[in-house]
Amino acid sequence: MTLTLNGEPRSFDGPAHLQALVSSLGLDPRKVAVERNLEIVPRSLYAATPIAEGDRIEIVHFIGGG
Amino acid sequence: MDSATDITTKAVPAAEDTWTVAGRTFTSRLIVGTGKYKDYAQNAAAAEAAGAEIVTVALRRVNLSDPSLPMLADYVKPDRFTYLPNTAGCFTGEDAVRTLRLAREAGGWSLVKLEVLSDPKHLYPDMEETLRALKMLVAEGFDVMVYCSDDPVYARKLEDAGAAAIMPLGAPIGSGLGIQNRVGIRLIIEAAKVPVIVDAGVGTASDATIAMELGCDGVLMNTAIAEARDPVRMGRAMKHAVIAGREAYLAGRMPKKLYADPSSPLAGLI
Repeated sequence: MTLTLNGEPRSFDGPAHLQALVSSLGLDPRKVAVERNLEIVPRSLYAATPIAEGDRIEIVHFIGGG
Repeated sequence: MDSATDITTKAVPAAEDTWTVAGRTFTSRLIVGTGKYKDYAQNAAAAEAAGAEIVTVALRRVNLSDPSLPMLADYVKPDRFTYLPNTAGCFTGEDAVRTLRLAREAGGWSLVKLEVLSDPKHLYPDMEETLRALKMLVAEGFDVMVYCSDDPVYARKLEDAGAAAIMPLGAPIGSGLGIQNRVGIRLIIEAAKVPVIVDAGVGTASDATIAMELGCDGVLMNTAIAEARDPVRMGRAMKHAVIAGREAYLAGRMPKKLYADPSSPLAGLI
């Protein structure tokens, strides 16, 4: 399926849930926050949250800032 | 009783001079940013030298092309510093609310810094939009420290809307021009029942001292430390400057006089 991931089109063929997506990207789920189609997904629900063709996913974390 | 024991038992602990925001109590009155440093290691060392307990952080997209890049949390550790997520770069209330909802999910806490900016040239806060965003955030249970103009009227409106702290600018963000409107900031401090933190504009140590001498509860700075030639040393300087200003405020300065007043007695002159 093709997702829009952090604003860029990206194909993903793993199991269709957020947990699989986050781990396939090599990210530590404890250090990020995820938004699916503008809805925040609580960390505890990644495995239970399906992803589908055309989804807009944002994955963010804390960086340096003033 | 030997003299050493005597000193120990008579020693009075230094009075605890703390401040509290949204139920959290802090000793350090210097909040530092984590932007513009050469790297996160230098950033961590400067924050440590500054004696900071709170650091501001930004929320941005993860770099998916290289997830192995250094991460802030590995250097400026969240178990050592309270992270204060900001909304830097947000120009509408909706942007700010969306960012802080994500920050709350990423960090798991509700204490945040709201800034809704206007023109990139001066980065003054858009106060109408800031007040609107504040009301949305308060309704969602956030504890909001609000970056604002040095206008006592708007500061009052923010407090009435439930701001956890009022954070007037000393000068434009990143300008290092020092405290431009002492009258406005003093009026805000006198009226506020929540903490007042001077946020932005400090360029060097004396600016931080001036802010503290006005009676504010703390100072927030980023560029003054990050862009010093030696950020770790400037962090230390700022720590002392904030303490000096606070102590001078508590001590109560002497009245200003128009003419000289000799410090040595005139009686007994030969």
